[in-house]
Amino acid sequence: MSILTVENLRIAFGGVIAIDGVSFSVRRNEIFALIGPNGAGKTTLFNMISGLYVPQSGRIVLDGEDVTNFTPQELARRGMSRTFQNLQVFFRMSAAENVMVGRHLHENRNVFAHLLALPSVHAQNRTTRARAEELLALVGLEGVADRAASSLPYGALKRLEIARALATEPKILLLDEPAAGCNPVETEEIDAVIKTIAAQGVTVVLVEHDMRLVMRISNRIHVLDRGRTLAEGSAAEVRSNPAVVTAYLGGLGEQEAARARD
Amino acid sequence: MRRCLNSPFLLILALGAVVALLPLILPSNFYVRVVAIVYINALAVLGLNLLMGFAGQVSLGHAGFFGIGAYAVALGPVYLGLPGWASLIGGTALSGLLAFVVGRPILRLSGYYLAIATLGMGVLISMVVSNEANITGGPNGMEVPRLVLFGSRITGSLTWYWISGITLVIGALIVVNLIESPTGRAFRAIHDSEIAARVLGVDVARYKLLAFVLSAVFTSIAGSYLVLLDGFVTPNTTSFLLSIELVVMAVLGGLGSILGSIVGAAILVILPQFLTVFHDYEHAVLGAIIIVFLIFLPSGIVPALASLIRRGPA
Repeated sequence: MSILTVENLRIAFGGVIAIDGVSFSVRRNEIFALIGPNGAGKTTLFNMISGLYVPQSGRIVLDGEDVTNFTPQELARRGMSRTFQNLQVFFRMSAAENVMVGRHLHENRNVFAHLLALPSVHAQNRTTRARAEELLALVGLEGVADRAASSLPYGALKRLEIARALATEPKILLLDEPAAGCNPVETEEIDAVIKTIAAQGVTVVLVEHDMRLVMRISNRIHVLDRGRTLAEGSAAEVRSNPAVVTAYLGGLGEQEAARARD
Repeated sequence: MRRCLNSPFLLILALGAVVALLPLILPSNFYVRVVAIVYINALAVLGLNLLMGFAGQVSLGHAGFFGIGAYAVALGPVYLGLPGWASLIGGTALSGLLAFVVGRPILRLSGYYLAIATLGMGVLISMVVSNEANITGGPNGMEVPRLVLFGSRITGSLTWYWISGITLVIGALIVVNLIESPTGRAFRAIHDSEIAARVLGVDVARYKLLAFVLSAVFTSIAGSYLVLLDGFVTPNTTSFLLSIELVVMAVLGGLGSILGSIVGAAILVILPQFLTVFHDYEHAVLGAIIIVFLIFLPSGIVPALASLIRRGPA
């Protein structure tokens, strides 16, 4: 049974058709990867699915409900969360506070209680904080809870965004290049984090440039090129698809790949 | 010291102690009055800081709310026969309501555009009080009836010192409460990344509006207090210059710092008293001092000192 279905999505910016009739379906509990060369439209597609862009045509169905024109807030309520390729961390807050913002929808939002700091607010703050610490530990950031987010290294910020997105208790988590700019060690850590998340029953959709990461952890891969679907299948199927190789390495890439030493 | 700066509740305690003990060392009524004016300005800046320092939305029109508070306590008793305290509450409610109505459309804007829109709102309010001369006295201003509470007239610098000091402590406590709550975290999240806040389910438009309304309420109360203390109101209470002064106080003391709001207000109220020795060059010297502060302490006085203490051997 699919948790997320995308049908014939299309969006154009001026004369550029960024996404042109893309369809796919993500099964519950799988790790689904979107790959493609630079400018293929991966992030644009993510922005449409997460409600930041409104598609010109097509349909997005989340867990049986048509959510095509929903705002990000509405999608968050229905169990969708995401991270960002170019970090969107709350830099003036501590690591723990970043994750605590992710608990927003699960907290009592009565402003008058907040103004008066009623005992229930303190109790809730403690619960939220405890949950944030658990999530920081899950992504391997135990011990930095009270550090300012602005003082954390790049790889840690990537994981902080994952912890923050998980704090919303999503059914489906969109990860936009979780390993971009990370060194091999950091990439491996992120790899492990993604597997842990998937093992806890969260469906993961990721956009990623690091092919080794994608091939290692994805159940299925959807390949985009210039806004259109190029191929879809398992890692082995995609790797051996001539159209995919051509898109990545250019017309002569196939010959080049064949002649390259392993 | 470090823990003191980090714990907001100790800050409130310290502030309460300062308010309680300061009258013992203030040499004359003149100083009591100056400090009362500091507290009143600090209350307005605290509100503005909620909007600018925490939620990250600029306003160049807050003198408009200050003026509504000020004129409410002048006009309410004269034209509507309301008691002073009821006029004060009415003015506060009116400011909140206006912020709610005006905030909805203009908070869709950001950056320079929001600055211009709020400026326009402030100028409009200022024009109304200046032009409706037969009601407000126009540029000449009008007398403000003394506040009467429980049958006694509230006058005198020391009385207003206590009223404004206690209100400031309560105001600071409310801001602290808010900042350490889901609402405060939503404000700060919006400041850093609206997109991320939205994706996490934060209703960005609602929280921006809330910050705007709350800041209008704080500023409006400050406006009422100031003219009740003075016994007189002029259109200066709604002027663009006052809006700028409030922003300078917030930035100078430190955006997003509660103590900074008070320090910023104190500097901008007290410094000119000492700069009178420069006669004609008073404003030039004040401007130069502000520029020097902002060059060397760009994050504001209190945050800069706090990070200095944090780095040093604490």
